[in-house]
Amino acid sequence: MTKDDIKQVVLDIIADIAPDEDLTAVKPEVRLRDQLSLDSMDFLDIVMELRKKHGIEVPEADYVQLASLDSCANYLLPKFQAKGK
Amino acid sequence: MSSKPRIVITGLGLTAPNGNSLGEFRANLLAGKARIAVIDVRHMGPQPAGVCDFDATKWQKRKEIRNGTRVGSISIFCAREALGDAGLDWDKVDKSRVGVYLGITEHGNVETENEIHNISQFGNDTKYWTHHHNPRTVANNPAGEVTMNMGITGPHYTIGAACAAGNAGLIQAAQMLQLGEVDIAFAGGVSESIHTFGIFAGFKNQGALGAHEDPTKASRPFDKNRNGIVISEGGAIYVLERLDDALARGARIIAEIAGWCINSDATDAVLPNPERQTECVRMALQRAGMKPQDIHIVSTHATATALGDIQECTALRTVFTDCPDTRINNTKSFIGHCMGAAGALELAGNLPSFEDNWVHPTINIDELDPECAMPGLVINQPVKVAKVNAILNNSFGMLGINSALIVKKYGVA
Repeated sequence: MTKDDIKQVVLDIIADIAPDEDLTAVKPEVRLRDQLSLDSMDFLDIVMELRKKHGIEVPEADYVQLASLDSCANYLLPKFQAKGK
Repeated sequence: MSSKPRIVITGLGLTAPNGNSLGEFRANLLAGKARIAVIDVRHMGPQPAGVCDFDATKWQKRKEIRNGTRVGSISIFCAREALGDAGLDWDKVDKSRVGVYLGITEHGNVETENEIHNISQFGNDTKYWTHHHNPRTVANNPAGEVTMNMGITGPHYTIGAACAAGNAGLIQAAQMLQLGEVDIAFAGGVSESIHTFGIFAGFKNQGALGAHEDPTKASRPFDKNRNGIVISEGGAIYVLERLDDALARGARIIAEIAGWCINSDATDAVLPNPERQTECVRMALQRAGMKPQDIHIVSTHATATALGDIQECTALRTVFTDCPDTRINNTKSFIGHCMGAAGALELAGNLPSFEDNWVHPTINIDELDPECAMPGLVINQPVKVAKVNAILNNSFGMLGINSALIVKKYGVA
């Protein structure tokens, strides 16, 4: 699993929870909230889907790590690797 | 009620298993077209049910639909359609003076069952329980979803009244308008009940779940071989205003609320009580200043249970003696029992009678139960009458709640 793979995992989740959003030009370095219509409940959905689909736990103190696609990739890569993915 | 402001209906939006507009719904009622599907109910398998096919994306973003509830989508669709029908200049309406009052039979069962099923896939670990559960299951959910979608900042809540809820929503709205709490009310009843297996299983184990090899014949009130309720979803939401306000803005007036009554059996949780039903209808007539002979259509509640239909007929035969111009019909024979929406939808399907003088029938009667025989019962075919000036809409529910709502043609004394 590469960082690009992880970014795609997150984008796929966002596509499910925010189906009205255009995800074709999401800037990886920009905060997701600043370019998409996402609220706190949506970020909880991202956390839940990571748990359900990939067995990845994101503690509440680390939610800030999900701010952008880049930060998601940096934060989640070791967690996916720990899962052998 | 002469000293209180007169209340009128100026708009209507609905979704029923056999129609997503009043025109479509009415045409199917006059044509005798039932629409009942067979759906796969969790833990129970195929069951007849009334399913609505309105386009939720007409008025909601896909994310709203995903995060909300089915009954929220039904409510938003009906309320938005009612707004269009009422011809209100929405941008100029003071949204703080608008109220939303929706009758519900139950709420929250669908989401709770879904989440119990969801966590069962994860060893019943509650960390997989959705954080959307509480906003989806609070009892005001459907009315609250309407306010968020439409920017309404006046009061909103639901009225829990079992299967009398459709009438109860309208009555609540009329009362709030008379009190001056709001200037415009969106009111009626809604239901998502087909998405909870619990209601199917409950009726099944009560011996009250309807079945037939042809699902469109499964709901057959007053038929000798009726065997229970067909569960359906749906909604009907009306725009109600004080008459003076409606006249001032040049609104089209569909009908006037003439009188109502809600009372309680205080006898049994599930068995109806014809004496209390009789009292309920008589009190509604008294409040409307009407005699039984003034009612031209009685829209019955009958759900096709063995005892319930007979009890309602007993009550109606007691009140409507010597009423040669009173016709009696039933809508559940077409669409099943829409639960919280039933009363509101059943009234809606009869309202066009004020203009066209046709009375839609109750269908699926192959052999009339002699205990349900009533003068004026319109069986299987619509009838044309000389005039329709007043409709009595009956809706009764569990825990012994009875409601009778009378609406009359506007402009008729």
